[in-house]
Amino acid sequence: MPDYLLTTSPQMAKRHKRHKRFQWYGRIAIAISISFMLFMFTAIFFRGIGAFQKTMVAVDIQFTESQIDPSGVRDATSLKQANYKPILLQGLQQVIPGATERRDRNNLYKLLSNGAAFDLGARVANTPDLIGTSERVWVAASSEVDLYVKGKIDPREIPEELRRLKDQDIAWIETLRDAGQIKKKFNTAFFTNGDSRSPEMAGILSAAIGSFFSLLICFSIAFPLGILTAVYLEEYAKKSKLTDLIEVNINNLAAVPSIVFGLLGLAIFLNFFNLPRSTPLVGGMVLALMTLPTIIIASRSILRSVPQATRDAALGLGASKTQTTFHHVVPLAMPGMLTGTILGMARALGETAPLLMIGMVAFIVDVPKGVTDVATALPVQIFLWADSPEKGFVELTSAAIMVLLVFLILMNVFAVYLRKKLERRW
Amino acid sequence: MKQSQDLTLRRASRLSQFREYAIQAALIGCSLVAIFTTIGIVASLAFEAIRFFGKIPVQSFLFGLEWSPQTAIRDDQVGASGAFGVLPLLAGTLLISCIAMTVATPLGLLSAVYLAEFASPKSRNLVKPMLELLAGIPTVVYGFFAVLVVAPLIRGSGAELGLQISSESALAAGSVMGIMLVPYISSLSDDVINAVPQAIRDASYGMGATHTETVTKVVLPAATPGIIGSLLLAISRAIGETMIVVMAAGLAANLTANPFEAVTTMTVQIVTLLTGDQEFDSAKTLAAFAIALFLLVLTLGLNIFALRLVDKYKRKYA
Repeated sequence: MPDYLLTTSPQMAKRHKRHKRFQWYGRIAIAISISFMLFMFTAIFFRGIGAFQKTMVAVDIQFTESQIDPSGVRDATSLKQANYKPILLQGLQQVIPGATERRDRNNLYKLLSNGAAFDLGARVANTPDLIGTSERVWVAASSEVDLYVKGKIDPREIPEELRRLKDQDIAWIETLRDAGQIKKKFNTAFFTNGDSRSPEMAGILSAAIGSFFSLLICFSIAFPLGILTAVYLEEYAKKSKLTDLIEVNINNLAAVPSIVFGLLGLAIFLNFFNLPRSTPLVGGMVLALMTLPTIIIASRSILRSVPQATRDAALGLGASKTQTTFHHVVPLAMPGMLTGTILGMARALGETAPLLMIGMVAFIVDVPKGVTDVATALPVQIFLWADSPEKGFVELTSAAIMVLLVFLILMNVFAVYLRKKLERRW
Repeated sequence: MKQSQDLTLRRASRLSQFREYAIQAALIGCSLVAIFTTIGIVASLAFEAIRFFGKIPVQSFLFGLEWSPQTAIRDDQVGASGAFGVLPLLAGTLLISCIAMTVATPLGLLSAVYLAEFASPKSRNLVKPMLELLAGIPTVVYGFFAVLVVAPLIRGSGAELGLQISSESALAAGSVMGIMLVPYISSLSDDVINAVPQAIRDASYGMGATHTETVTKVVLPAATPGIIGSLLLAISRAIGETMIVVMAAGLAANLTANPFEAVTTMTVQIVTLLTGDQEFDSAKTLAAFAIALFLLVLTLGLNIFALRLVDKYKRKYA
């Protein structure tokens, strides 16, 4: 708008001002949505970043044979199951000699995680030569200690009788810290463990593997079915009642709420076909049916963009319909179809509701070894942790969300890379 | 010699023809999966729902004002059959969807108008993927955020103002869901606005209208059917959304229009009825399928109607 128009007429200036204002409404709307997203990401980031570190306690351990393996057989299972509590306690008492009463001893031992003795047992079972030696071992502290050391609970705010960590416990922690025996270390357990009742021992590995198996099944069903359907509808089918019906179905399936797919899985795959409950096999099948419409719709638009000249040239040289389609058209469309599929898989990776319906919402400690093992998935694990009342799980939930988002971003980046690298423009 | 060559050729061509047919049949088979899925969904829901209606009459499900699926252990106990009226669930679902749409509609539409009409190509290329990122975030993340940050925030600011706000208020779940819906509305409306022919705009400019006047008085009215379609699609998504409400909304059915109270939704009830211990023949578990059927009819109806609106509108200017 030239300036002389604005200055000549007050009416025009008003209209122009309205134009400017309206543009600002749009900018503000966009800013609100995007800043909400950034707020969400930062809130989750700052809550979750702490979970990548965890508080460890150094304990000087005497691996005395009489306590661990009195029989001297060195049998792995009995080494694992030996009573390590007194050994750990003796180590702690070297720093805190005052704790000799039964109750004090129990309280002192509670500074360590329940998993500490288990980890120690696994270590001894792996290297039985340790027996008879002494060594400084870093074991996990309990979740309460962890929260205290990270500054997430302030004992001054809560009266002593309401906290789990009493004044004496805190004094012990400080003594240990002064002796350099409490440190925050990288939380490897978070990446190598399955779920656990104690936050300091819980990890995402079994959920991540469960998600991986589910996606594997989902991909191996949805990708071939999706692209072949797209090929049929775009390259072969003449317009008929049947193709109309298929098309209407695909469009409607794309709009069915995801939880309904879960009910389909429950009623048909589990109750009718009696497939194993809570497994990645069924989870993957449900996710496949759910992503199928996305893949079909994306693949069709890619196939439509392959120029007619390609088909004409192949047919003109005597190729059959099938040869034209599968030797010439499909290879040209493949990068685009793969991109669409990966984006569909990314969506399936974040899907929770249908998996709840088919029972993939279990407490899974062991890493699933195959598609028919009972498993859970990453977003379901997030849901489970978000639901648990223990304070230590808030951190873990946020950290698991960060891991999930990283996977999603990687898949999206890979899809975009694939498109950039292999896409042909016509 | 020639004859045998002919024969091989003919045999080869018959073989390849057979192959063509076989491949085509296989392709048709693949496409039928979509139909079978639909049939499977409808059949499984309908089958279980009919069994449910054998125990609970249809009218008391559709018009009942009370929802308390806890069936008693002893038969002679009061309320032994439980109450399975879907209306409180529908009301809760609609309340949360309304709140979500109140947040999402202005944000989504204004973003769409700005991106389609005013933004430079450069900022459009930057902003559009960012908005679409919102649609790519798993809903369990939104749910966690609603519980952890938004609900305490709303509750706290309510307490400042002297309002009693439940920590599972419909407002918290609804507003977070609203943000989730923004990209659905903005990208569809964006398409719709772009489909308005340039000639209409030019005519408006020619009459001396400013850009904003052209947009608000000419382009948007022309695009209205398509925009309504995109809003209906967003509503259908809000009704079917599960994880945000499972995490952030309440469990107890509550027939209210007060956004500060906790309400429950149809999807929440499906999840609570079907996770945990279940005996398969009880009215309780079968009720989940009846709700799901209701949900499916609702969302599909909205969807078909919306797609038809958008289609009709697009054809008008094609």
